[in-house]
Amino acid sequence: MSTRRIERRFATLRAQGRKGLVTFVTAGDPDLATSRAILAGLPAAGADLIELGMPFTDPMADGPPVQAASLRAIRAGANMRRTLELVRDFRADDADTPIILMGYYNPIYVYGSARFLVDAGAAGVDGLIVVDLPPEEDAELCQPALSAGFSFVRLATPTTLGERLPRVLGSASGFVYYVSITGITGARTPEVADVAAAVARLRRHTDLPIAVGFGIKTAVQARAIAEIGDAVVVGSALVSVIAALDGAERGDVVGSVLALVRELAAGVRAAGGWS
Amino acid sequence: MGELREKPNTYRAGPDEGGHFGIYGGRFAAETLMPLILDLERHYEAAKRDPAFAAEIARLATHYVGRPSPLYFAPRLTAHFGGAKIYLKRDELNHTGSHKINNCIGQILLARRMGKIRIIAETGAGQHGVAAATVAALFNLPCRVYMGAVDVERQKPNVFRMKLLGAEVVPVTSGSRTLKDALNEALRDWVTNVADTFYIIGTVAGPHPYPTMVRDFQSVIGREAREQILAAEGRLPDAVVACIGGGSNAMGLFHPFLDDEGVRIIGVEAAGHGIETGRHAASLTAGSPGVLHGNRTYLLQDDDGQIAEAHSISAGLDYPGVGPEHAWLRDVGRAEYVAIRDDEALAAFTLCARLEGIIPALEPAHALAYVAKLAPHMAADQIIVMNLCGRGDKDIFTVADALGDRL
Repeated sequence: MSTRRIERRFATLRAQGRKGLVTFVTAGDPDLATSRAILAGLPAAGADLIELGMPFTDPMADGPPVQAASLRAIRAGANMRRTLELVRDFRADDADTPIILMGYYNPIYVYGSARFLVDAGAAGVDGLIVVDLPPEEDAELCQPALSAGFSFVRLATPTTLGERLPRVLGSASGFVYYVSITGITGARTPEVADVAAAVARLRRHTDLPIAVGFGIKTAVQARAIAEIGDAVVVGSALVSVIAALDGAERGDVVGSVLALVRELAAGVRAAGGWS
Repeated sequence: MGELREKPNTYRAGPDEGGHFGIYGGRFAAETLMPLILDLERHYEAAKRDPAFAAEIARLATHYVGRPSPLYFAPRLTAHFGGAKIYLKRDELNHTGSHKINNCIGQILLARRMGKIRIIAETGAGQHGVAAATVAALFNLPCRVYMGAVDVERQKPNVFRMKLLGAEVVPVTSGSRTLKDALNEALRDWVTNVADTFYIIGTVAGPHPYPTMVRDFQSVIGREAREQILAAEGRLPDAVVACIGGGSNAMGLFHPFLDDEGVRIIGVEAAGHGIETGRHAASLTAGSPGVLHGNRTYLLQDDDGQIAEAHSISAGLDYPGVGPEHAWLRDVGRAEYVAIRDDEALAAFTLCARLEGIIPALEPAHALAYVAKLAPHMAADQIIVMNLCGRGDKDIFTVADALGDRL
């Protein structure tokens, strides 16, 4: 079942004694064909897990690069049906790399939550991250998603403290995504010492693997964070490559994105192993 | 549209503990903000029980804002429409020129109770931005106002007023560059500066407790109007009418009347160039349920859940959503929601100026344009109370442009 794909991947990483790289790109950015080619190339370039953004016009918790990626994708015709088609196409050639859909609730709600879970499961989606569905709204999607066998990945943040931690982590599955700064994606870079303290705090409340993201842009930063977390998430830096190559040949866009993924993967793989 | 429900004993009991009005409302917010939102709710509940909080609001309402605002019988509009008696609730006479100050007074006092030292706000027409900048000046707190770049251009007088009041106005260039995007940017600021910042939301939207809190602070409009019409006419009105963007002035007028069965409650949205053109801001009239900016409500959106751009000559109504309590009142049928085009609002704007010597804001000009349709079909002994929620000084450039005048 799909949840096991995430668990298997983290078990493999642990067995290999290395940390994981989670890459974020937006589905259909800058167009469907290029997006399909990027996805297909990610595992060989060193992505251990794939977060695929569901385009949304108003991503309130994301910075300008991710919002721009959404708008490029929407302009190029991306929608939920095509996002799930991208997953299905990817899954036809790759049975092992977990795919986690990430985004905001409205496109799922309008698609129909029940229908979404059926179609996402059939396409080969393993987990969901929905930024604007905190535990207070678990009845909306989290509970049905868990029943349907998906992982519902929780975001924990520097403000998730005290009695709120068990609440947030209680229904978490797959892994925990630690948002390393108070802020939006692609903004300032986290302080390594702060991240270390926060991850240690999280580990007292969960046995799940912890992926750390927000503000990590370079291989050097990725390595430093990989020393602390079990996986490192990079997103804005990748979609910024796509933005910078607006109008370039498809092969160049795909090649440049995958080149950065290889660099980041080398950084992550240079970090120490699991404790 | 809405599912059939048994009529509740009261329409004034909402929301539930999770901030829901029926299926609407809720707390659809990023985790970084959740602890703050819960903390805000706790502080608001405590403040509501504290007589000193109510007393401080009352003191400022009387001596700083100038409340109560008059309920004015408009003889020439009444005669012109030839039907129901028209009463205008004069919230445009408040300090800062609109109803927005009612809410800002309440929220800044709450910010102080919470020990927050920095204020942010979003604004469309600039009325809320001016009100937020005003209370920030009064309490000596730094204030940053996010405003869509399109609105910065069309509401220049208010931009300058905010700057005079010491606020920093940040033009927002993302998305449609109007109120929706200003809200996004304000939320991004808040998520970045959670420790010291209080976000004064200007309308009855956002994650719980904002829709309830803003409604409570604005309900002074309806409480006063209810007392004043009883004093003037010895009875309740037949209809109360207010314009709706996010819906704070309307919710403030409507809420105290919700359980008065004989009172029709009518919200007036912006039909922009016309509902059929798709260029409008009428989310209750022509939208569908969705989740945006922390709450479930009616939204202008496409079949894929992407938010559409709203269009209205009035910057204050130019928003693709609406407060969740309005969404619920629509579905249960307690309130009616109609829409008025730009040209109809402009005609009402000039009519009000010439007949009553009152230059209304373009927002309540929409409400007046609907009163113009409603009143002639009512009897001379019937009564309409309309919220004149803002004055029109800020709109003179927009109106001059629309009428082909050069200032």
